[in-house]
Amino acid sequence: MTTPTAVALEDAKVAFRLGDGRVYTAVEKAHLTVAQGEFVAIVGPTGCGKSTLLNVAAGLLKPAAGSVKIFDRPLGGLNQDAGYLFQADALFPWKTALDNVAIGLEIKGTPRADALPRAQKWLTSVGLGAFARRYPHMLSGGQRKRVALAQVLIRDPKILLMDEPFGPLDAQTRQVMGNLLLDLWNADRKAVLFVTHDLEEAIALADRVVIMSAGPSSRIIGDWRVTLPRPRDIFEVRLDKEFHALHREIWSVLKDEVMKGYAQSTHAAEAV
Amino acid sequence: MSRVTLLALQVLVAIVCIALWQLLSSVPVFGKILLPPFFFSNPVDVFDQIVKWFVSGVIWKHLGITLAESILAFVIGSLGGVLIGFWFARQPLVAAVFDPYVKMVNALPRVVLAPIFALWLGLGIWSKVALGVTLVFFIVFFNVYQGVKEVSRTVLDNGRMLGMSERQLMQHVYWPSALSWMFSSLHTSVGFAVVGAVVGEYLGSAAGLGYLIQQAEGVFDVAGVFAGMFVLSAFVILIDFGVTLVERRLLVWRPTVDGRG
Repeated sequence: MTTPTAVALEDAKVAFRLGDGRVYTAVEKAHLTVAQGEFVAIVGPTGCGKSTLLNVAAGLLKPAAGSVKIFDRPLGGLNQDAGYLFQADALFPWKTALDNVAIGLEIKGTPRADALPRAQKWLTSVGLGAFARRYPHMLSGGQRKRVALAQVLIRDPKILLMDEPFGPLDAQTRQVMGNLLLDLWNADRKAVLFVTHDLEEAIALADRVVIMSAGPSSRIIGDWRVTLPRPRDIFEVRLDKEFHALHREIWSVLKDEVMKGYAQSTHAAEAV
Repeated sequence: MSRVTLLALQVLVAIVCIALWQLLSSVPVFGKILLPPFFFSNPVDVFDQIVKWFVSGVIWKHLGITLAESILAFVIGSLGGVLIGFWFARQPLVAAVFDPYVKMVNALPRVVLAPIFALWLGLGIWSKVALGVTLVFFIVFFNVYQGVKEVSRTVLDNGRMLGMSERQLMQHVYWPSALSWMFSSLHTSVGFAVVGAVVGEYLGSAAGLGYLIQQAEGVFDVAGVFAGMFVLSAFVILIDFGVTLVERRLLVWRPTVDGRG
């Protein structure tokens, strides 16, 4: 039995034209698949093009070469099967938390009277039931992420794309959010592509951890399966022996890339 | 500082200024009156004049005319500014073509347009409305243009990923963003609507606060000029207060600048 492939990038190459006419290749020969129900984390040093790859899967960026397939169909335009959780604040600041969540349904034509109670239910399930009338600026960073999560999940996307969603949060909040994400994901096991620079977070959350090399022209250089049992608790899984072994193994590869990426970014800064 | 102390100090400033004015215009200092009543009048006369206007009811007609002109100028100017601003922001080519002309017209001091408008539209309220519109339009236009242009990239991408069509992006993203910029310039644009109306009246009309001041000036009635100025200031403060109330209602979603939530 084979599970269908939710996302398949084949030999994807992403290049940008720079202001002075040169072409900058961000990602090259990227080969990446996410099976249905699989949670895949992409880890790599700063500036390696992890987010670029995610944007390709979302249809926000077109690859210069290679193909993108979503459920075995080539992707043209935006990926309508995917929900995208952004790193930066992406809520509509002029809408209340409730309206921000309800809009996901209203866009599809759900009448407002039906959308609002469902949005309220989602807010409750991300722990913000009492904050429905607040505007985004009245919420903390972690609370805004919860609203964003509800906004994406209410549409019930088949694929979840997440771009360092908990990056701007403090360490404790990140762990709480990680557990919340796992709980919600456990309910229906969507395909997830989760970008992060935090290896521990990646191992704790994912079924597979994919490592990218330092940019430019970064490639996928490693792919590890995480066999830690589910359901997991992020606080406890970090104490597991297997977790440590895997962390050591992946880190030995990642470390070199991180140093390379760091060296390159300092060189680039000097060149400027 | 508590509200009461602040208010007391604010009132104190007014009392000191008015007392000085009264004193210097009636009591000689070293044998000379520093503020000759012919040029500076005095607070008592000015107050008398204001009371007379209100008791006889003359002022209401003039206030009404100025208010009507200001409101019309504001509504028409804002409407035009929003529509054109939106259009330009969504059609970069149109914006590029018209750019030098927009800058040219905006650089023109509006007062020079007053005679033209008086010729075209007569001495009634419409020539004043037109003057106000030329002022309000550009403020609203530039703000809406900016508002549409500066929609956060992430918020826009989020809208797209949530499946919004172009029309829905317009309704849920561009439009609220543009309006918030317009509302943030509400004080300025309402103020300019009044300026347009009063300057227009001053330059040629048969009614309004500007007319009142101009008439008083014509017969060297300095008390009348000052009285007109005071009524005008009070009028503007009242309108500004109204705008603040409207703004508070419309921009609840925005963090307040002074952080008082």
